[in-house]
Amino acid sequence: MSFLFGWVARSRGLFADNKGPWGSPPSGGGGSDEPTPGPWGKNAPPKRPRGDGLGGGVSSLEEFLERNKRRFGGGGPGGSGGGGVPTIGDRSIYFWAAIGFVTLWLLFTTFHRIAPEERGVVTMFGRYHATLEPGIGMTLPAPISSVQKVNVAEIRGVDVGSATEETLVLTGDQNLVDIAYRVLWSIRDPEQFLFELRTPEDTISQVAESSMRQVVSQMSLNDVLGIRRGEIEARVRDEIQRTLERYQSGVIIRNVSIRQADPPGSVNEAFKDVTAAQQDAESEINKANAYALQLRQLAQGEATAFTKVYEQYTLAPDVTRKRMYYETMERILRNVEKTIVETPGVTPYLPINQMQQPRAPRPQQQQQGSGQ
Amino acid sequence: MIDFVRAHPLMTGLLSFLLLFTFFQSVSIVRETQQGVVTRLGKPVRIVNRFETGERFGEAGAGLNAKIPFVESIVWIDKRVRDLDMDAQQVLSTDQRRLEVDAFARYRVVDPLRMFIAARSEDRVEQALRPILGSQLRNELGKRPFASLLSPEREGAMENIRVGLNRIAEQYGVEIVDVRIKKADLPTGAPLDSLFARMRSAREQEARSIRAEGAKRAQIIRAEADAEAAQIYAASFGRDPEFYDFYRAMQSYQTTFLGDGRGQPAPTTIIMSPDNEYLREFNGNR
Repeated sequence: MSFLFGWVARSRGLFADNKGPWGSPPSGGGGSDEPTPGPWGKNAPPKRPRGDGLGGGVSSLEEFLERNKRRFGGGGPGGSGGGGVPTIGDRSIYFWAAIGFVTLWLLFTTFHRIAPEERGVVTMFGRYHATLEPGIGMTLPAPISSVQKVNVAEIRGVDVGSATEETLVLTGDQNLVDIAYRVLWSIRDPEQFLFELRTPEDTISQVAESSMRQVVSQMSLNDVLGIRRGEIEARVRDEIQRTLERYQSGVIIRNVSIRQADPPGSVNEAFKDVTAAQQDAESEINKANAYALQLRQLAQGEATAFTKVYEQYTLAPDVTRKRMYYETMERILRNVEKTIVETPGVTPYLPINQMQQPRAPRPQQQQQGSGQ
Repeated sequence: MIDFVRAHPLMTGLLSFLLLFTFFQSVSIVRETQQGVVTRLGKPVRIVNRFETGERFGEAGAGLNAKIPFVESIVWIDKRVRDLDMDAQQVLSTDQRRLEVDAFARYRVVDPLRMFIAARSEDRVEQALRPILGSQLRNELGKRPFASLLSPEREGAMENIRVGLNRIAEQYGVEIVDVRIKKADLPTGAPLDSLFARMRSAREQEARSIRAEGAKRAQIIRAEADAEAAQIYAASFGRDPEFYDFYRAMQSYQTTFLGDGRGQPAPTTIIMSPDNEYLREFNGNR
């Protein structure tokens, strides 16, 4: 009966990863080893147990499996299997090894550590049984029950559109916008997530793409490029969630964020020109404002100056007037050439033609500059 | 028992192997994600774990199922929502404009027996449904003007497509959960270029109108300032127009003959007759 245990254990594929239950590779390697020549039963006594106290059965267990491999796979003539095998009590050491192995097997597949961010979905022969909360969960041992751990806290992301390639979407006013966005999601319902969708990640990115297209197609280009981005994000998130609910996906959409929304590259110049135009208009208005300010201050200055003089004038009109007249005349006549003609009875004649001749080209110049 | 095993180890091995094999042949593990069609010598006899709407996990037919060993076998069919993706379709709107539409459907096998008889595998169902989805899409969207193609969800077009596709899908034991449009693009070439041109010209127009608006506002600002300055002058000078005339004349002479500090004025020669008001005292004719 003893070898049956070993056989079942082998059929379970525990050693499929070529590691013993304690992580050390079995000394025999894979199943391709040649059976050692020589008759059965002339085995060397098993090696001394090495390392920790736990490993008491290691070498003998491996050897035990070796022998079974040979017995079933190698097709050697079956011996009694008892010759020269050390015993404990009246049982062979293989028996105890098998017992130990099965115990460990049960231990490892009955208790499950579920981390705080995980849930363990338990299936019994494929049928959903229960979901383990964080902590140590117990299930029936392996061939009967199995546990799939699902991380429900992890935020996963799907990126749609990229900075290098244009993802053009049509807007409601029949313009195109190049858009790239990220969808963050996490698992809300581990059972649904495992059992309801064949391709959850693909589904999410496809639905995201579709929802974005749908929402953008109901907006104008300026909405998408401008201030209504937040509204678009919220609407896309709701739309994805609604659609995924219909598929019973067990997924919750945490966030949709538009990373970039630009006009298509080939019309970008025209868009930049609009920005330039806004700046031009701005500077035009600034110039006008500067002019207006200057003009007002000049007017106020002159008005104030006049008012001050006028106040003085009203105190003594005649004198002030004369004084101002003479002062002005002095300033002027001091700085200009003066000719006084003292011939009574002669009408003063000014040779205007002569005076203007040297400056004949003047009028033209004035015409040219008159536009400024 | 032990003695028997000791005496005939090979026999025991063989026997137990046969027993095990038979055991594994007579039960099958049905996962939550699968439905199975049990066939007896190739003829379908019953369904395990068939999809029912509103069922809950762990209450349906998943888990261990018994079958007759060696005679019955099980064909597994997916129970989950699956994806039917298709290539882009050219749709022509009623106003003769083209649009490339990329759609997908989600479906679920609800009648595995019917599906098994009609198509045998999910892949073949998809092969059969793909062209039908394409033609449904073209027909339904071809009834609409271009503007409403951009958001076909609003007018129930997608629902119509889903219902139409479902009618055919039912023959395969499949239910269409949802049909959605993933992408809607203008075909490259003339349609796309003309759209770009339109976008460009719209922006150019916008830029022009922004500049014009700026110029207009600047002009208004200047005019308002002029008016205000005039008002300030009038309010101040209007108190005594006669004196203002004199005061301003004095300023004007000075500016004319001496300049206002900005560049030299042209040299001036003044020829005065003794009758000049200024030279009244000069002649001593008092």
